[in-house]
Amino acid sequence: MSDQVNYEDVEVGAEIPAVSYPATRLSLVKYCGASGDFNVIHWNERIARSVGLPNVIAHGMFTMAQAGRFVTDWAGPGATVAEFGVRFSAPVVVPDDDAGAEIEVTGKVEEKLGDNRVALALTARSAGIKVLARARAIVKLP
Amino acid sequence: MAINREYVGRAYPATEPYEVSRVKIAEFADAIGDPNPVYRDVAAARAAGHADVIAPPTFAIVISMAGSGGAIADPGLGLNYALVVHGEQRFEYSRPIAAGDVVTAQATISDIRAVGTLSMLTTSTEIRTVAGEHVCTALSTLVERGSSGE
Repeated sequence: MSDQVNYEDVEVGAEIPAVSYPATRLSLVKYCGASGDFNVIHWNERIARSVGLPNVIAHGMFTMAQAGRFVTDWAGPGATVAEFGVRFSAPVVVPDDDAGAEIEVTGKVEEKLGDNRVALALTARSAGIKVLARARAIVKLP
Repeated sequence: MAINREYVGRAYPATEPYEVSRVKIAEFADAIGDPNPVYRDVAAARAAGHADVIAPPTFAIVISMAGSGGAIADPGLGLNYALVVHGEQRFEYSRPIAAGDVVTAQATISDIRAVGTLSMLTTSTEIRTVAGEHVCTALSTLVERGSSGE
């Protein structure tokens, strides 16, 4: 958990340090259960490969959740998320080993919108590939 | 078969009420690996200004998919789910979803487009409390691969 960020202290253009989040096969099994999305490409390597994927891939919503965590950890507990949107530009490929995949998220303060709202531009990469595009969140800060 | 563009604007019935529980929120937060106490600890959530534990922002998908599922599975729409990937997702929140909320999800097909060999289906799903308070609108774009070159 980070400290609280206050609207008046935020500067447009400020970079938010990168954070790397793990995605393992266990992560995906747990996400299947918690979300109710049991699409086989998220847990069955044989079927994932048969439909042309390189391996099992993470749920797009799992990747989006990591970007969401990046935003809420930066903004602090007194902030609320007003808008959050992403485009899924490439899958996060999760091999069957102990390390799995890493999702690296970075962010930048894009704009101060007034009414204590701040727009963040986010990036997310896995194995050097951009997995989220046009990722943007608007948070309301104290 | 291309997806049926006559379905743009079609509205689907709201889901049965869904009661958001502390246990489900904690399970979801565990699954995304987020240890934030506002998702588990009522005292931490209250200290942050909420009445009860709140849900992570993307938890809204669990509720909105129940609403948009009716649209996606509509046989007249002609979507082949085996060829579908998630293209885009956006949420617009009036406030965080919190434990104790009883909500419904009502989906409308807002757009159907063909881009090359892809068909793109956008649904807009409103999550409201049973008292009618708007909580979140979820905009989902699903992409069906290779469907328009029939």
